[in-house]
This record gives sequence, C-alpha cells and structure tokens, in this order.
Amino acid sequence: MLSRVADSLYWMSRYLERAEHTVRLLDVNMGLMLDRSSTSAEGRWLRVLAALGNPEEIEWQGDYNQLVRALTFDADNHASITACIVSARENARQVRDELSTEQWQRLNRLYLQATEPNTSGSGHGLEEFIPSVLDGLHLFQGVTDTTMNHGEGWQFIQMGRSIERAFATVKLLDIYYRDFFVTAQQTPDSNQYLEWIGLLRCCTAFEAYCRVYTADLTHEWILEFLLLNPDFPHSVRYAIDGLRQAVISVQQSSGRLSSDELSRMTGRLQASLNFAEITEILDQDVSAYMSNILRQCLLIHDLIYGSYIHYSVQAALSA
Amino acid sequence: MPTNSEVRAQTPGVDRPRRKDPALEEYFLDAAFDEMFDDQGVVRPHYESLLSTFSKLPKEELHRRKQSADLSFLMQGITFTVYGRDEGTERIFPYDLLPRIITAGEWERIEKGLTQRITALNLFLRDVYNEGKILADGFVPREIVYSCRHFRREMRGLQVPRNVYIAVTGTDLLRLGNGDFVVLEDNLRVPSGVSYMLTCRRVMKRIFPQLFTKYGVRPIEHYTRVLLSTLRSLAPEGRPEPSIVLLTPGIYNSAYFEHTYLARQMGIELVEGRDLVIHDNVVYMRTTAGLKRVDVIYRRVDDDFIDPLAFRSDSILGVAGLFNAYRAGNVTLANAFGTGLADDKAIYAYVPAIIRYYLGEEPLLQNVETYLMTDPAQRQHTLQNLDKLVIKAVGESGGYGMLIGPKSTQAQRDEFRALIETNPRNYIAQPTLDFSRAPCLMGSPDLPSIEPRHVDLRPYILYGDKVTIVPGGLTRVALPKGSLVVNSSQGGGSKDTWVLND
Repeated sequence: MLSRVADSLYWMSRYLERAEHTVRLLDVNMGLMLDRSSTSAEGRWLRVLAALGNPEEIEWQGDYNQLVRALTFDADNHASITACIVSARENARQVRDELSTEQWQRLNRLYLQATEPNTSGSGHGLEEFIPSVLDGLHLFQGVTDTTMNHGEGWQFIQMGRSIERAFATVKLLDIYYRDFFVTAQQTPDSNQYLEWIGLLRCCTAFEAYCRVYTADLTHEWILEFLLLNPDFPHSVRYAIDGLRQAVISVQQSSGRLSSDELSRMTGRLQASLNFAEITEILDQDVSAYMSNILRQCLLIHDLIYGSYIHYSVQAALSA
Repeated sequence: MPTNSEVRAQTPGVDRPRRKDPALEEYFLDAAFDEMFDDQGVVRPHYESLLSTFSKLPKEELHRRKQSADLSFLMQGITFTVYGRDEGTERIFPYDLLPRIITAGEWERIEKGLTQRITALNLFLRDVYNEGKILADGFVPREIVYSCRHFRREMRGLQVPRNVYIAVTGTDLLRLGNGDFVVLEDNLRVPSGVSYMLTCRRVMKRIFPQLFTKYGVRPIEHYTRVLLSTLRSLAPEGRPEPSIVLLTPGIYNSAYFEHTYLARQMGIELVEGRDLVIHDNVVYMRTTAGLKRVDVIYRRVDDDFIDPLAFRSDSILGVAGLFNAYRAGNVTLANAFGTGLADDKAIYAYVPAIIRYYLGEEPLLQNVETYLMTDPAQRQHTLQNLDKLVIKAVGESGGYGMLIGPKSTQAQRDEFRALIETNPRNYIAQPTLDFSRAPCLMGSPDLPSIEPRHVDLRPYILYGDKVTIVPGGLTRVALPKGSLVVNSSQGGGSKDTWVLND
C-alpha cells in the first residue's frame, strides 16, 4: 500500500473519531447546563475546551451558545465538528478508490449534513445537528467494518481511531480528575454525582458502567472502568489493545519487521494497562501517570509515521 | 476544400426527413452530413432499427430509462465536481441516450487511416529526435520543428523502448458533407476521455439490452487490458515482471475520475508525484512495505510539470530527477516526452507529407485544409478572410486561443490580426467546418423529440508491440442547438459509439 494512502486513511479515521468525541462532549455538557448545579458555566466550558486540547482561536466569552456554535458549525475553526468532517472527507477523497462505494456515499452524506444542513434536510438547529451527525458517524463505522476489505488499509483506519480515542479519553480523565476526584469523598455530593455521570456519558459509558458496578459511582471505579476495562470499547485499555492488534497486522502484511521500536512501545503500553491495578495508580501521582500515557501515544504516532509513512529514503534503501 | 456556402449550393437534397413521425417534428437536414438520414431524407439502413425502437417507446418509458441512466452515472461517480468552498455540487456527465452508429466498412477505413497516421507520426518523432533525415531532405522545415513549443531538445539521441513515442493517442475526427472522415487534431500528449467511452457503454448495455442483441455491436471492454499489455510491452529491458503505475496530478485535476477508473480497471497503483522518489536514477514508490521499484509510468501529467529539475522548476506535481532516470533507461514513460511536437498545429499541416515520406503511401485520412501564417501568400489570404476562417494558436488544445471567424466581432478580429502579424509562427487558419450531425434525444420528458446535433469522434489508438484501436471511441456532441463546440465545459456531452460487426 502506498504510504500516502495509509496516511490519508489514518487521518480520515482520526478526524472522524475526533468529531464524534466533540459531538458527545458538547451534547453532554449542554444537557448538564440545564440542571441546577454549583459548577459555574465558565468552569464547565473551560473544562470542555481543555478536554479538546484548548483549540486556538476559540475562547470562552461568557456565552455558551456562541462557543457551542463555534465548535459545531464554524468550518474555519479547525477544532469544530464540521471542520473535522470536512478534513475527513478531504482525506477520503484522495484515496477514493481504496474505499467502498458505501463508505464514500455515507461519508459524503455526512459531509453534506454538516456543511449544507438545509439541502440535506437535517435542519439548522443543534438539536437536529447532533443526533444526525452521530448517526452518520455510526453508519460510516458500520459500513467500514462490513463493506471494506479488512486488509492493510482497514488496519490503518483502526490505528487512527484507537490512538485518537485513547488520547482523547485520557485527556478527559486527566481534566476531570483534577477538578472532581482529588477532593472526592467516598459518597459524592449531588453535584459531583452529576458531573461523574457526565464524564461517563461523554464516553458513552454510563450504562456499561452500571452493568459492572451498578449505579453506585465512586471515583475509583470510574477511573478503573474508563482506564482499564478490557471489554468496553471506549476504555483506554480497549483502544490500546486495538492499536496493538492493528500494528501487528500491518507489520505482517507489509512484511516489514524492522519497526522493532513500534512493537516495543505499543507492547509496553498495552502490558502496562493490562496488568495495572487501580489502587496502585491512585497511590501515585495520577496526573503524571496520565501525562505519561499521553506522551507514549504521541511517541507511537511518531513511530507509525517513521516506520510506514515518512520514513527516510536512505534508511529504506539500506533495509 | 469548398466553403460551406459552396457545399450547400452543390447539394440539392431535402431539408426534412421523409419519415413522418411526431418525434421527428424538429428534425432538419442541410448540407452537413446527417448520420441517420441520407441526402434524400431516407433513413440509413443501420439506423432503421434504432429509430423505430425509439419512436415506439412510450414517453413515460423513455423518461424512466433516461432517469435510470442518470442514476447509474451518479452512482458510479461519473460526475464533474465543481470544487471550492461551495463544493458538493457534482454535475452528472452530460450524455445522450441515442448511440452513434458506425458501419463495419466505415470503421475499417478509419482504422486503416489511423494506423497509418500514427505509425508515420511515431517514425517522424523518432527521426526528428535522432538523425533528422526528414529535415535534411527538406520535407518539413527545420525552423518549424525547432520553434515548436513542445519540442524537447533533451530528447535528442535518446533510445526509447521499441522506438515507441506515442503509446496512447486520441485522435479527433470530423465527418464532412461528403461523408468522409477527416482528422481535426492528433492528441499525442495526454489524451483523456476514454473512461467516458467505457462507462457510457456499460450504462447503455443496462438501459437498452435488446438493442444490443439486434445490432451486432463490437465490444470495447478489453481496452484496459490492451492498455495494460501495451504498457507492459514498453518496459525497460531486463524487467520481465514490470511494475506499472499511473501518475496523476491529483484530485484537483478534472480528469481525476478517469485516472482512478483506469488504475482500478488495470489493477495498477495510482500514484502522485509525491509518492515517487528517485535514487541513483531508479524510480521508487513509497509504500508501507518500504520502497518499491517502478518500471513503467503511464503518466497523465504534462511534460512541463513532470520534473522540476528538467522542465518547469515551479511544478509541485512532478518528481525531481524523473527525466534523468528516464534518460538512463531505468523507467519508461508513456507517452514519451516531447510528443507534443507532432501535434503542433503547424506540423499538422505537414502530416500528409510525413506519411508519404516515411511510408511511401498516400494518406488514407485527409487533413482539414490548413493555412500556415509563416507563408506570406497564405497569411495574406487569411488576413483578408478573417471573418470566414477559424484561427488557432499552434500549441494549444481544448478550444483555447481560438478565433471562430463567422461568430467573431470586429474587435476580436483586429486583435487576432495583430497577433498573427506579430507572431505568425504561433497561428494557423482553417475553414469553418460544417461537420456531421447525429440524432439526439432532446425536448422535455413530456414532449421528447429527436433532433440532429453536431458530433465529432475520438477513437483511442494504443501502440505497443503493435497498433491496436478498440472499435469505438468517444463521440462528443454539441448539445445546444446550432452549436459547433463539443467541449464538455461549453455544453458538450457524449454518446455511446457503436461499431457494427458486419
């Protein structure tokens, strides 16, 4: 597979995952705005911005409606949902022959929903926009898994999604941890309870959590579930397991076993999550632990690039 | 060649078809050759079955089939994309449901004529870039060859595989009042449109299967296979299992659909300039499995843009060092560099002489009469008749740099007069042609009618170990009434082209 093609598929997938994460973050926090709570609007939306990595050119100016609009419809804003979808489609367009017709049509429809809500019949308002974009993203995911050859290209899509998801979830946990967990008592007050549900909902994890731990929320269990659960698709561990799988598949299909460093780094991160104990994590500096995972994700991204996409010609010739 | 008015005066003929049919209310005949009716207004035998099938179809059914064809084009993604901030507006490729039919006899003449012409043009390129015998013998003036915009001095003395310079050609033919096909343009650089020929056929087969069984239509589906074996046959020596790629300028190119289509149909990699690297004069593509050697490049990027080291240094579409790798014989490019020399419109005037010189034969397909502005007498004649002639810039294609005399204003004519006088080498003149018309389905869904529209024909010629012409081509049609412009950007469309068996 051409490196450029792998690059486009990887980023298409990352942008779509990013759009999905942003959609849910906005949806959940707008819902929470309606409840009376002690969290100020400013605190809440600054937290959302931090979870999105404090995008440039977006600032909290006291009006959450304005902020939400900037993060949804404003295509000039790189962090907006629309911009993510436009970028994903732009990447897909360059490798259109690698995608199935169903995938392309889905993505194109999603793109039209986001850029021309009037003509595509999905309406202007946020209340229509959010569910229609979520639907579109899920449908794309579905046709990707059912109509695309699960070869190298599909594996790069998995890589992109896994790494983006792991990164965004850790970032979110890190921010919530600082705001709500450090001072947590064993039985949360109603405000904390609300925010904790919010955190779980941002990761579509509330129901799945309840199945494992019942509706009793404790910060320890929440962290354990979102970080270390082996079966829940939005947990960090699950994402890293997926990443490792995809890396192994690509190594096999490309016949290139020279990327030892990539194997080692993904393997180590996976093992550290697989064999971790939540109490041990809580005993140490949690923020440092999270930052360490983020750093490893960035490193793995660089290694994927160095091995398959932007490798040096000289190294490839001597290999 | 007689002018239009002379032709009209010589042909008595009729101005309406003999057949009475409500769908033919708008049909008219004049001096231009009509593909469906002869000069007495009688249906030509090979159009009989088509016409009766269409006039028997209820209009609802006709409308349904038209819609089904539209949908099919849309689904296959055969659309023009208007790109930019307001993108998403994709237009369906304009096409016409009525096929253009060519009899076996007509095709045989076209095929022979094109084979002869391409063989001679290829010999000409080889000669000019090597010994230059034709120049020494004075059959083509040196100053015309060396002043061609597309002449590539870098190609001098280079041996190309099998001596084939023009592996892929799409020659534009027109049919004149007397029924003869003439060559309007040899497109020897990167001709496009073949994907429309192939997809139009596929759609037509789905929409009118019964017509295909009635007519023995010769198949064209093997085009991509022949293209692939043509490319393979041109691989550098010592590369028995050549790796072949299609080089595209990228998604913003208007023919990008065709590039993806052909690459997919041939099962070869579609690459952009940034996918290729040159090391020690060997071309590689960057893959996830490392660098992979490339042996043959079917390039759809113009000479100018293909290598910033050898040609235009501001090109970002190209591959630095590609030309040196080519000169070293490590990679084949199809078509070769510098083939644009032979489709320069001033060289065009010498093609009959070129055929006679190399093959010792009379040309089977005639040229359109062409006046060279470098010749004082011809220039004088042209300047006196600017309002009747078509003026073309020699190095341009696709309808750029043209003056259509009868439709021009005094200001435009003055402009071209000045241009010709300043740079006579850059212009040629040709008579305004009244080329043939074919029936097209026009009107509205409620009131469909069959009307004649001007058409040209672009067959595709492949030249590897031998010359192969797939029986068919792209028939482009000027859809607006009275229009002579077949370019798709200006309301042109296409129709399926059937070459019959018998």
